[in-house]
Amino acid sequence: MEPNLDTTAPPVLQSNRTTASPAFDLRVQGIQGLVYILLTAGALVMVTPFLWMLITSFKPAPELVEFAWWPKSPTLANYQRVLATSNFVRWYFNSVLVALFSTTCVVLFDSLVGYTLCKFEFPGKTLIFVGILATLMVPTEMLIIPWFDMSVRFHWNEGIAQYWGIAFPGVITAAGVFLMRQFFNGVPNELLDAARIDGMSEFGIWVRIGVPLTKSAMAALAIFNFIGNWNAYLWPLIIASQREYYTLPVGLSFFRGESTTEWEKIMTASSLASIPLLCVFMVFQRNIIAGVALTGLKG
Amino acid sequence: MKLTLQQRQILWAYVFLSVALVFFVIIRWYPALLSFNIAFRDWNTFKGTGTWVGLENYAAIWHDFLKPRSDVRAAFTNTLSYVVYGVPAQMVLALAIALLLDRIRAFSTFFRVAYFAPYVTSAVAVAFVWNWLYLPQDGLLAQIFDLLHIPEQPFTKSPKQALPSITAVAVWQTLGYSVIIYLAGIKQIPFLYYEAARIDGSSGWHLFRNITLPLLNPVIVYLTVLSTISFLRLFALVQNMSPQGTGGPLKSTTTVVLEVYRKGFSSYDMGYAAALTVILFFVILLITVVQLRFLTRRFEY
Repeated sequence: MEPNLDTTAPPVLQSNRTTASPAFDLRVQGIQGLVYILLTAGALVMVTPFLWMLITSFKPAPELVEFAWWPKSPTLANYQRVLATSNFVRWYFNSVLVALFSTTCVVLFDSLVGYTLCKFEFPGKTLIFVGILATLMVPTEMLIIPWFDMSVRFHWNEGIAQYWGIAFPGVITAAGVFLMRQFFNGVPNELLDAARIDGMSEFGIWVRIGVPLTKSAMAALAIFNFIGNWNAYLWPLIIASQREYYTLPVGLSFFRGESTTEWEKIMTASSLASIPLLCVFMVFQRNIIAGVALTGLKG
Repeated sequence: MKLTLQQRQILWAYVFLSVALVFFVIIRWYPALLSFNIAFRDWNTFKGTGTWVGLENYAAIWHDFLKPRSDVRAAFTNTLSYVVYGVPAQMVLALAIALLLDRIRAFSTFFRVAYFAPYVTSAVAVAFVWNWLYLPQDGLLAQIFDLLHIPEQPFTKSPKQALPSITAVAVWQTLGYSVIIYLAGIKQIPFLYYEAARIDGSSGWHLFRNITLPLLNPVIVYLTVLSTISFLRLFALVQNMSPQGTGGPLKSTTTVVLEVYRKGFSSYDMGYAAALTVILFFVILLITVVQLRFLTRRFEY
């Protein structure tokens, strides 16, 4: 079990966190049961669509009209067909490439900029900080038309440049800069000054002292950016003009028009597009959920 | 040339900020300002210029808005409906789930993972899965309704039910995020407050009403704004859950962002689309400013 980190309460009270006071005890058992029933019902609503998607993807087409939880003759034929007739493998590669590139840039630049805005004194600091934060007010939808203009001008919507076209809006994020700056507040200035006296370069101080002390924040930032970039839809849909350069969500969306009656094919494609990230989520679930709570409350 | 320590710091700060400054000026500030400019023009993307037409694009939007069955009117009224149905549903459901999760110890990780999973899934995949669940006759919901002897529902196939059906999916997808934030907020409330109130004879509903709810106020305001903005920007779900991706049936599900996409990138009427995004910008700005006012109002205990 997780240790209870509610440090404001004395230990005795902490252990009573869910069982409440003695006057409550009689009702608590019944209430606990009801709580679990309600939560399980809710969890079923959340999980069933995913299970149904997976189950459908293993069913041969004739079985779709039957209401059966388990396929009678499970098959991988749908997967073979989807992989053979579409560019799924290429879309995986594109999504991984774009998400890794953006995430690497975001982690490095957001950390460096957050560090500078927190630990340096220089003219124009407030102006720059406010200027970066102000961009949070502007929704992406307002920028896509000028971005598209710019991309057409520089031919970022053609050939291999489409990778850059998809990725460029997200290589630095204002929210990440703000988050990192908050975390660098917790790094004592004396530590940096000590390194300065020892003759370490400014870049070295950031890399060897700043970065290691804010690793957890960087990890949270990295995970969110990876997920966000992986699922990004509107901008990649606009900028990627050739099938070979689609990311997964964009490629997947074209199954909509192609085959509205072949649900086994659509569910197979949906499974292929969503299962890898769900696995990543399962592996990192603790960090991701802790990160949401952390960044959400700070923001 | 020998620099003082202070000058060296200034120099390094600007070296460290250089890439970011270029990025924020060219990729964020300039396009934002250019959007306002494009909204005043009959813009041609492929030439990169356009004749100045003043407020004509806004006038055209207004003119379309006044027409009873126009795309734009549908887009604005539908977007408002998504917010009006979706935000309260999301806020109440998420708070209820967070309160329940706060009461349990066993399986709490399992439940959190289950509720959060849709949030990390691509909206396109989510849309397709729900299209399949909502499908009349062969869909899972139709089959379950059949077992329970509930009459079959058309869901996204009917102009009446399509918007609520998509709202439900949007709530389903983003619920987990709000749950986690609520839960973190609830855990921050000192347990001593509840103990003290119990000694004074309060219980159950009173504890929730007089301690939990007021102390959660900043979290509630933050989440309300966040979810309002996300409903105002609804696009991927609607595009992939309506026939031909056009916000049907009969325009009943189209949103402002979907119209931006269609006007801008199907009809290439960029000036009109840019004007729509400017309107969206001001709506979001207004909501954010209202949020800041609410958040600065502190509760005293």
